[in-house]
Amino acid sequence: MTTTDTIAATGRRDRRPNALREGWLIAGRDLLHWVREPWGLVFGLAFNIMLILLFGFLFGGAIEVPGGGEYIAFLLPGMFALTMLFGLEGTMTTMAEDAKRGITDRFRSLPISSAAVALGRAIADLANSALSLGVLMVGGLLIGWRPTTGPAEIALGVVLLLWLRFALLWLGIFLGLSFRGTGATTAVQVLVWPIGFLSTVFVSAETMPGWLGVIATWNPVSATATAARELFGNPTGVTSGWMAENAVLAASVWPLVIALVFLPLTATAYRHLRR
Amino acid sequence: MHPRPVPPRPALEAVGLRRRYAKTQALDGFDLHVAAGTVHGLLGPNGAGKTTAVRCLTTLTDIDEGSAAIDGIDVRRDPAAVRERIGLVGQFHAVDEALTAHQNLVLFARLSGLSKPRAKSRADQLLEAFGLTDASSRPVSGFSGGMRRRLDIASSLVLTPAVLFLDEPTTGLDPRGRATVWQAVREVASMGTTVLLTTQLLDEADQLADRVSVMDRGRVIAEGTPSELKRRLGGDRITAAFAAADLDRAATVVARAVGAEASVDPDSSTLTVEVESGSAALAPIVRALDAEGLAVDDLALRRPTLDEVFLHLTGAPPTDAVASDPAQTDLEAK
Repeated sequence: MTTTDTIAATGRRDRRPNALREGWLIAGRDLLHWVREPWGLVFGLAFNIMLILLFGFLFGGAIEVPGGGEYIAFLLPGMFALTMLFGLEGTMTTMAEDAKRGITDRFRSLPISSAAVALGRAIADLANSALSLGVLMVGGLLIGWRPTTGPAEIALGVVLLLWLRFALLWLGIFLGLSFRGTGATTAVQVLVWPIGFLSTVFVSAETMPGWLGVIATWNPVSATATAARELFGNPTGVTSGWMAENAVLAASVWPLVIALVFLPLTATAYRHLRR
Repeated sequence: MHPRPVPPRPALEAVGLRRRYAKTQALDGFDLHVAAGTVHGLLGPNGAGKTTAVRCLTTLTDIDEGSAAIDGIDVRRDPAAVRERIGLVGQFHAVDEALTAHQNLVLFARLSGLSKPRAKSRADQLLEAFGLTDASSRPVSGFSGGMRRRLDIASSLVLTPAVLFLDEPTTGLDPRGRATVWQAVREVASMGTTVLLTTQLLDEADQLADRVSVMDRGRVIAEGTPSELKRRLGGDRITAAFAAADLDRAATVVARAVGAEASVDPDSSTLTVEVESGSAALAPIVRALDAEGLAVDDLALRRPTLDEVFLHLTGAPPTDAVASDPAQTDLEAK
C-alpha cells in the first residue's frame, strides 16, 4: 500500500475563505443530523402540537377573546410566536455542546472566516424554525385555524415570525458561547417559560391585572403574536391602545433592537473564546 | 573539513511564552524549538501547561507575552495564515458523532477550501491511508476509540499541514487502539509533516518522538532525544528477589555483571540496579547469577515512571501548582 504517498498528496485550497460558503457547510452538518437522527426534530414538533391541543381544546373553552372571535384562531398565531421564542433553547444548547465537545475549537483551528461558526448555527436554526412553523401551520389548518387575508399579508406574517426567530438566534448564540455550563442551559430552559407565558400568546392582555397587562403587551413575543394575528386576519384580543394600531411596527422594531444588541455581543463572545 | 550544513528553518519556534488564567500562570516562560520534519514530544504531568502551550501555538488562546512562529509565520501577528498551515487534534474527539466517517472528512475538506469533487476524493484517500475504508459509510457513533482518533487525525490532514498538533492522542485508548494511533502518527511523520505531540507517557514519547521536551509548571525543564533524557534519568530499573541468605552475595554478582551499584532492600529481600538499557542488561545478569549458582525468586524490569523523572529533574514530585518558581536544573541538551 502506498500509504505515505496518499497522505502526502497535498490538497491546496480551491477557494478563498468565505464566511457565507463556510456557514452553509456548517449548517449542512445540521441538516444531515436531521436526516440521520430525526427524533429530536420530531419530538420538538410533537411538543408544540401538544401545547396547541392542550390550550386549544382543554383550556380554550374557558377563555374568552376580548373583541370576539374563536379561541383557536386567536391561539394559533400566538403559538407560532411562542415556537420562535422556544427555539432559543435549542440554539443555546447546541452552541454550548459544540464548544464543550471540542467541535467549536476544531472549527476555530481551521482556515475559515471567524463569522462562519455563528453563521452556520444561524442558518441551520432558521431553517429548522421555518420547518417547524410550516408543520404548525398545517396542524393549525387541520384543527380549524384559517388565515382570512390575502397571500401578501400572510407572507408578511410569516416573515415577521421568522424575523423574531432571527433576532433571538443571536441571543441564543451569545448565551451558548458565553455560558457553557449545563447550569446555564437549564436556567434558560426554565426562564423561557415565564417569558413565553407573560405575553399575549395564550390570553389577551386586556383580561390581566393592569401592571401585568402592560408587561404582557410590551413583551416582544406579544408584539409578534399580535402582528401575526392581524396579518392572518385572526382575532387580536387588542381592542384599544397603541398596540391596536401599530402591532406590525412593534413586531418589526423589537427584533431589530434585539439583533442590534446581540449581534455585536456575539462577535465579542466569539473573540473572547481566545481568552 | 566539510562546511557546516545550514540548519533548516524550524517548523515551530516559541520564545518566552507566558499565559495567565485567572488563578494560574499556565505558561511561564515556555521555549520550544522543533526542526522541520521531526516528531517532538511534549512530556509532562497534568497541569504542567501542555494543553495551554498547544492552544497558544494553534491560535485558539491568546498569548500574553513572548513570541511564537509556525513555519516562519508569527502566531500573534497573522493567526489566519498560521491556521492555513496547521492541523490540530485536540483532547476531545472533535469529529461529528452523527455523521459517517466519509461525511466528516468531506465536511472538513470543504471547510478547508476544497471543491466538492476534490473533497470527496481527498476523503477517500485519507480513509484508505488510515485503514478506515470499510467503515467509511458508518456513523462515527459506532466507532472504537482508536478508530475515532484516526479519523480525527485524518480530518486534520486535509491540506497536509506544516505542523500537526496532537494533544494526548492516546489518552483513554486501550493498548490495541494506542498501537493503531502510534502507527498512524509514524505514517504522518514518514511523509515529512512535523508533529508536536503532548503526552503523559514516557513510553509514548520514547516510541514516537525524535526529541522530547519535559514540561513542569509552565516551562520546559529538560530537552533532548529520548535516549539522552533516559541516560540522565538513570535509565531502566531491574529488581530481583532472592532468598535472604543469598542477598548480599547476589548484590555483588549483579553489580559486577552490569558495572553499577546495586541497592539492597533487606525487608523485601530484593536488590535493584539502574541500567541504561534493561533488555541488554538482563542476559548478563542471569548468566552471572547462574554461574554462581544463585537462584532468582523473581526478576522484574521497568522503566522510570513519570514521577521518578520529575523527582530526578526537579527534586520534587510533580504538582499541579504553578505559582512558585520551580527548582531549576540545568539540563539543556547540547
